[in-house]
Amino acid sequence: MSGAILSVRDLEKTFGSVVAARDISIDVPPLQTVGIIGANGAGKTTFVNMITGHLRPSKGTIHFEDRDITGLPSRTITRLGISRSFQVAQVFPSLTVIENMRAAAAIGRGKDSVIAQAMTPLDSPQARSEADAAVDLFQIARYRDARAATLPQGVRKLLDIAMAVAGHPRVLLLDEPTSGISIEEKFGLMDVVMSALKTRKITVLFVEHDMEIVGRFADRVLAFYDGTVIADEKPQTVLANPKVQAFISGTKPLNEDALHA
Amino acid sequence: MLTRANLFGALVFVAVAISALFLPPWLVSLATIAFANALVVLGLVILWRTGLVPFGQALFYAIGAYAVALIGRYTPIRDVFVVVLAGAVAAGVVAYVIGFLLARYREIFFAMLSLAMSMILYGILVKSEALGSTDGFHVEAGSFLGWRPQGALRNLALFWLVLGFCAIAAWVVGVYFRSVAGSMAIPMRDNEIRVEFLGLSVDRLVHLKLVISGVLAGIGGALAALAVQHVDPQMAYWTTSGGFVFVTVLAGAGSVAAAFVGSLAFELVRSIAVALLPGAWQLILGSALLLTILFLPEGLGSLYSRLRRKPAAPKEQPGGPS
Amino acid sequence: MITAFAIFSDGLVYAAYLFLVAVGLTLIFGVMKILNVTHGSFYAFGAYGAATAVGIWFDRGLSDAGGFLFMVGVAMLIGLVIGLILERGILRLVYGRDEVVIVLVTYAAFLILEDVIVLVWGPRSYPAYQPMVSAGSIDIGELTLSNYDIGLVVLAAALAVAVWWSLKYTRYGRLLTVVIFDREVAAAYGINVKVIYTVTFIIGAMLGALGGAVMAPKISVTLGIGVEVIVLAFAVVAIGGMGSIEGALIGALIVGLGRAAAVHLMPEIELFVIYAVMALVLAFRPYGLFTQPAPRKI
Repeated sequence: MSGAILSVRDLEKTFGSVVAARDISIDVPPLQTVGIIGANGAGKTTFVNMITGHLRPSKGTIHFEDRDITGLPSRTITRLGISRSFQVAQVFPSLTVIENMRAAAAIGRGKDSVIAQAMTPLDSPQARSEADAAVDLFQIARYRDARAATLPQGVRKLLDIAMAVAGHPRVLLLDEPTSGISIEEKFGLMDVVMSALKTRKITVLFVEHDMEIVGRFADRVLAFYDGTVIADEKPQTVLANPKVQAFISGTKPLNEDALHA
Repeated sequence: MLTRANLFGALVFVAVAISALFLPPWLVSLATIAFANALVVLGLVILWRTGLVPFGQALFYAIGAYAVALIGRYTPIRDVFVVVLAGAVAAGVVAYVIGFLLARYREIFFAMLSLAMSMILYGILVKSEALGSTDGFHVEAGSFLGWRPQGALRNLALFWLVLGFCAIAAWVVGVYFRSVAGSMAIPMRDNEIRVEFLGLSVDRLVHLKLVISGVLAGIGGALAALAVQHVDPQMAYWTTSGGFVFVTVLAGAGSVAAAFVGSLAFELVRSIAVALLPGAWQLILGSALLLTILFLPEGLGSLYSRLRRKPAAPKEQPGGPS
Repeated sequence: MITAFAIFSDGLVYAAYLFLVAVGLTLIFGVMKILNVTHGSFYAFGAYGAATAVGIWFDRGLSDAGGFLFMVGVAMLIGLVIGLILERGILRLVYGRDEVVIVLVTYAAFLILEDVIVLVWGPRSYPAYQPMVSAGSIDIGELTLSNYDIGLVVLAAALAVAVWWSLKYTRYGRLLTVVIFDREVAAAYGINVKVIYTVTFIIGAMLGALGGAVMAPKISVTLGIGVEVIVLAFAVVAIGGMGSIEGALIGALIVGLGRAAAVHLMPEIELFVIYAVMALVLAFRPYGLFTQPAPRKI
């Protein structure tokens, strides 16, 4: 496949008679940063869930680095190099930040087999230094020894993303990285995340509702509406698209022009 | 690995082994049973750390015990090492097979399915003449690599055998607890989704726990059969499982040592309570369990670590919300 | 033919007994999400209470019919008191903890109550056969059926209808249905979940004691009856679906008829068959034959 790291063809997901996603075909070249926009229920999270193996597609294929990963279990996809963060940060609340990171780093370093993992010590100098580097990179080092349950929302989100990156993925999907974060903090958080991911040379797909953030951080935008992609271009072009303005960003009221544009 | 903790542990085992020479025989016998059962508890600790409570662990205990008894009855093999290992393998194989099913369950469904499995075995044992039916049968003394000690010497030899298995189990479980898979206990309890998306299968982690705890329970049952020289279906009954769960919760999942200390304390308290208050020992045990759950949710073992932590200056919680 | 009829009648009687024991357990689970090991104690206390009541009544030579009512009344009163003490004294303290932790709490209470029985009634067994004997029996062909057994089946059927009716048509029943469906929604609608819990637990306890009471004349009331009954009751509710009343009924019928068939045809597998069915149902329909799995909230 023409140099794309992630390549999706005719992807479809139905739940009974409900079509959650259909006719999705996309190629993502390495190191691109792709913003995904769309109203609630437009199929964004379904799309992310299918790529990361949380949902099995009803139809279509997903290729990662020219390898068919359609329908593989999520942990295998993670091992192959596609990782994700969650809309609601998924961390281990009973552990401290650094313990969370060490667990993530140790799993990432180890093998898929639980038997092998039962004979590998959790605590190794490499896992320690990786965890230390990660909390520095994501600028959460000052919370190192705080239990994850006590973290402010923004820090928890950063920890979630840092843990997703611990296994050295080549592709990372961020499901609403700024949801639940105050408007003042959003840009700061995205700056930290995006520069960290640039340093690690990771291809990023992120779901986002804030058009300003999409405009600033994405190289390319996919606009979802009713389970399908209605626009796929540079951010400025997509955000100026009348359909997108009508259905998603809400900058223009719905009218006849929009429908026929 | 020869860490300081391992060295200390080894010294404790050696000290206990030597002290047996000077202890009254009844105490040695009691400790033999207590430590054999401690292996079952150690297996339950592995599961309890993840929040899993099998109400049918007696399944593996009984399999280990019956393996020893049946080999004694139907074959000429009498060597204790061979029969105990046979018990371990039998229990391990059963744990591996039913693990494919059991590992998919959590919470009370896990408890109930495990209970059902053990009660199936109980149902078979009670009704099967070939397996000794309700009365069970006698287990022969056995030989130690050809050596056949008698009387008090046999009791000592058996105690040392049990201690030997305990030492190996404690070391193996210690290594497991420090491994990536073994450290996932709290993460799994906290958030299974995150564990999966880091690249580990939670079901397989549980499956591994089941096999380890099954093998430990099998060894414990085999050793208990040798110590008591008798097996009966009661070993597979739910009250036996309940007793092991009881000690586990009481001891807490904090450390390997807690399983051994907890099990020894349990046997001591039980024999003293039975002697002094024959009609009320379950009342005492039940109250102890209740108080532990209410006031020491991490078990009695946590008392020790709390005391140890006290002298250190309280750490400042770093960072507040920005 | 005779065997088939015997299997059917034995199975029905046994199913009636199982339903009487399991209905309280499943009710408590449905409403409170508590897998209550103490249910075995309710049963045992009911049986002991009933045996004592029967002893007192028939020693005085009072009328037979009154004896049965007195026996049931005493047992249910005991159930009420113990249920109240347990719920207010212990369970109240652990609401909100993990389901398995609450199971352990009820297990601890069960151990305590086992010894309370010894302290109150001592280690000897109590016969209470009088109501069974005085009820007499009828012959149908070559089979002799005890009228007491027939009464047991009628009682179980009546109880099933009564529970179903009260869940559907009484105010309290409808409140319960809401709580079973969603605790948080119920609380949001201003339903006093606390009171519902207390009342449900007490009703469950009284039903458990009732099960013990009506069985007392059929068995020898002795130590350890609660231990035996609780696993059977677990099997019944696991098969039908924990928390479902219809499930308890179906589970009781399956186990009752299955066991009767085994006893008549292949006695070696009598116990095995019950738990094998339980394991199979849990393996393929973990939420039981008659309940739908709760949607996972992620």
